[in-house]
Amino acid sequence: MVHWSAEEKQLITGLWGKVNVEECGAEALARLLIVYPWTQRFFDNFGNLSSPTAIIGNPKVRAHGKKVLTSFGEAVKNLENLKATYAKLSELHCEKLHVDPENFRLLGDILIIVLAAHFTKDFTPACQATWQKLVGVVAHALAYKYH
Amino acid sequence: MVLSAADKTNVKGIFSKIGGHAEEYGAETLERMFITYPQTKTYFPHFDLQHGSAQIKAHGKKVAAALVEAVNHIDDIAGALSKLSDLHAQKLRVDPVNFRFLGHCFLVVVAIHHPAALTPEVHASLDKFMCAVGTVLTAKYR
Repeated sequence: MVHWSAEEKQLITGLWGKVNVEECGAEALARLLIVYPWTQRFFDNFGNLSSPTAIIGNPKVRAHGKKVLTSFGEAVKNLENLKATYAKLSELHCEKLHVDPENFRLLGDILIIVLAAHFTKDFTPACQATWQKLVGVVAHALAYKYH
Repeated sequence: MVLSAADKTNVKGIFSKIGGHAEEYGAETLERMFITYPQTKTYFPHFDLQHGSAQIKAHGKKVAAALVEAVNHIDDIAGALSKLSDLHAQKLRVDPVNFRFLGHCFLVVVAIHHPAALTPEVHASLDKFMCAVGTVLTAKYR
């Protein structure tokens, strides 16, 4: 089980409280699809992903980005129990969606950069380290039920 | 992966925005990397790694200078960094995975200081550029 210090918990919940989940989620997913275009392989039914502009403006990307980051919010609320929190989602990503867990790591890193751009100086090194730990642990929990 | 003409334009553009801050960003990148990925400290047992350390500043300056050199010779990064590539292969032998951590932290620093300039397209180009630099520096490992 992952241990979170009081400081880490504060850095997580403090920042999360200021995140616009819809905007941030949309941006993170769009950047994932733009920066790592091979990730588009999972979104054949999303329509126009032919350019960065198309991706950013794509309503399905926005909606899905919001969904993904809303789910991330569950992690923030359940820091002590991430494996259980993501058990069903993990099975889904393995058995139905067939997503290579490496993609969770890629999205985690993209989220970090989106947070950095948004919070600038407030995204201190300690904050970054804590959030990197969080995205890493979430990625691990999402990969946990893979078989 | 290959840097397109647009990538090169984007990278040159962001580096010209960074301008004289490159050295400072180099140090900040290293500091964030050491804190976020503590295993990277194993390559610097001889360094004082505390916040504000003169050694981190000096090393950050070196790293930044190499990146700027690569940008200035973006059509031939391998040529520009050939000596550094030899150094990493023969002497430093930093495990290749660590270049990804350095690249990521550099992007974070750029995002913090130039959020508006780091559009998704520029983000993609800069990420590719940092990958290319890492690839060059590890090219002669075996």
